[in-house]
Amino acid sequence: MAKISLKNIAHSYDGGKSFALQALSHDWEDGGAYALLGPSGCGKTTLLNIISGLLHPSQGQLLFDGVDVSTLPTEQRNIAQVFQFPVLYDTMTVAENLAFPLRNRRGANKLSADEIERRVKQAITMLGLEQLAKRKARGLSADNKQKISLGRGLVRTDVNAILFDEPLTVIDPHLKWQLRTSLKQIHRQFGHTMIYVTHDQTEALTFADKVVVMLAGEVVQMGTPEELFQQPEHTFVGKFIGSPGMNILPCTVQGNQAEIAGQAVPLAQTYPPLAGRVELGIRPEFIRLAQAGQGVAVQVQQIEELGRHRIARVKLGADPVDILVPEGVGIPDQPDMVLDPGKVRIYQDSLLVRGETHA
Amino acid sequence: MLELLGVSKRVGAEVHLCDVNLKLDRGSMNILLGPTLAGKTSLLRLMAGLDRPSAGDILLDGVSVVGVPVQRRGVAMVYQQFINYPTLSVYENIASPLRVAKSGKRPDQKTIDRKVRAAAELLRLSGQLDKLPSELSGGQQQRTALARALVKESQLVLLDEPLANLDYKLREELRQELPKVFAEQGTILVYASTEPAEALLLGGNTATLHQGRVTQFGRTIEVFQRPRDLQTARIFSDPPLNTASVRKTGSQLYLDQSVIHLNESQAGLPDAEYVLALRPWHLAREQTSTQQAVLDVRVRVAEISGSETFLHVSLGDRDWVALLPGVVELSAETQLPLTFSADSIYLFDQTGALAWAPGGDV
Repeated sequence: MAKISLKNIAHSYDGGKSFALQALSHDWEDGGAYALLGPSGCGKTTLLNIISGLLHPSQGQLLFDGVDVSTLPTEQRNIAQVFQFPVLYDTMTVAENLAFPLRNRRGANKLSADEIERRVKQAITMLGLEQLAKRKARGLSADNKQKISLGRGLVRTDVNAILFDEPLTVIDPHLKWQLRTSLKQIHRQFGHTMIYVTHDQTEALTFADKVVVMLAGEVVQMGTPEELFQQPEHTFVGKFIGSPGMNILPCTVQGNQAEIAGQAVPLAQTYPPLAGRVELGIRPEFIRLAQAGQGVAVQVQQIEELGRHRIARVKLGADPVDILVPEGVGIPDQPDMVLDPGKVRIYQDSLLVRGETHA
Repeated sequence: MLELLGVSKRVGAEVHLCDVNLKLDRGSMNILLGPTLAGKTSLLRLMAGLDRPSAGDILLDGVSVVGVPVQRRGVAMVYQQFINYPTLSVYENIASPLRVAKSGKRPDQKTIDRKVRAAAELLRLSGQLDKLPSELSGGQQQRTALARALVKESQLVLLDEPLANLDYKLREELRQELPKVFAEQGTILVYASTEPAEALLLGGNTATLHQGRVTQFGRTIEVFQRPRDLQTARIFSDPPLNTASVRKTGSQLYLDQSVIHLNESQAGLPDAEYVLALRPWHLAREQTSTQQAVLDVRVRVAEISGSETFLHVSLGDRDWVALLPGVVELSAETQLPLTFSADSIYLFDQTGALAWAPGGDV
């Protein structure tokens, strides 16, 4: 396992005309669980492929524990990879598939048959594949195949990192939970450095200690799931994280008061004079619908019943606003929306502005 | 109206579908919900006319369509693995069903253009119309296939996990818009999905499928809130449903060594063995009343989503999950009590039939 450092890494697929990955410097701590999250084309897979060596960056250096591996081919980087579609040897058994990366070693790295068997057994137990060990890989369900791909990384003790590229996309929801949980347990137990690429926020947030949110080749925020939820640094992060995402409303701000659609909203912090495009961000979780006269008047467009809670789709003037209504809470006729002042965020040209809190 | 009457499909010795009965109205949104291999795609293929049922009949507005070839059925189908014409531009791909319409029904150039542009606009393809499918991302190619189904204005539109390959956020948007658009056309929309959350977001009606059988069909939210049996409840749960075998005696339920005090309505059920089921968000850490039941659990792993925590725990040898508000950092093996109210439980009898659901008896 290793600390992975990116030094001014950037990549262009068209000889420098445009950059799929903008210059980026960052350390991935040894044993950390990271997720790269963003929409298609944001550069997350490009970044993953640079780390694995499938792609050589147009500029910059990649270090594993301080050693430059920028020019090393994939097979010399000791990286294990789990792809969207599992790649297995159909005619081999589950155990043989797991043993394969170990059997192929030559010279100083060669392992004894006993050692191989011990490690394969350990991986099989870890992944709960005992019943299937002697079965051929052909005909196994997608989630079991994906466990085997993961197991191939686990049998190796020399792995610098395990990289995952959308590993749960083809898995049924119930099995996603199981697979994600075992992945998390394995990470806690063995402490591999893990980097996980996904466009699915639930997967990213629940898997990773730190999530890297990317947009158009740039990292827009890196933080714990809680930071991304509570303090989005960019309106894009606010909208991308959360279901539904953060409501972003045009506003004006004066001191500790904002005005949206001509109506005043109290703020928990005091802000300096702001220029440019000023917007107020509030998550659907932090708005409640109250009797008229308590907040800002809105028009209810639609109520969606989601079992656990409802989503009220309302309009504030021309702007749509989503509000989460918990189970058992009523929705008044012609309601006002009331924002939790402590949860309101203010953005200037899409970037978070920090106000001052007064005692 | 599309009616399936006692429809079965056998392939060799395998039963793919068994005695399916469904009535789908014009302008309705219907979800087929179930795991992989539950029979969703088999059912869609029968509805499309790509396969013939082994038994039963399929009626469109009262007339049997079994044996009517797919070209003559007015059906549009979109698969998870999208299909487009590789040599045609996106514009022509979308326009293709209009161009091949019979001469009497073929719209004029102006109408075609208007329809293509409207569909492209809705599916965020306006900037891509001159490109070839190969120049598009996977998500854009799938949207092209959806746009083609849209302009066709078919009586029956069959979508087989159409958003599975798309970005999460785009999926959210399209889930809101797609049903509305097809409903406006008066289409019978059938949408296959593996995801309970997707079914809830789409609304409409849901048929839950298990091993080739429809276990329940009704308004989506009603199937979710009052599943007829345990199998349906399991299919329609994400995160998974927490279950345990319990024994009822009078006004008490026994779960291992724990005692759950039942409400009056539950106490009236016959004394017997039941399966108790509980949704993850009905478990809590704090006891808000002494009436609440308490279970001692052991933490397996905590998944923190930023606003909530999925706490995976062991209750005896059962795997349960609690969805708790906020960030709850608990390390593996921590023992803690979780509480819930008897009012929030489901009870299923020994045959698996629903015996009690939140909101009252059955």
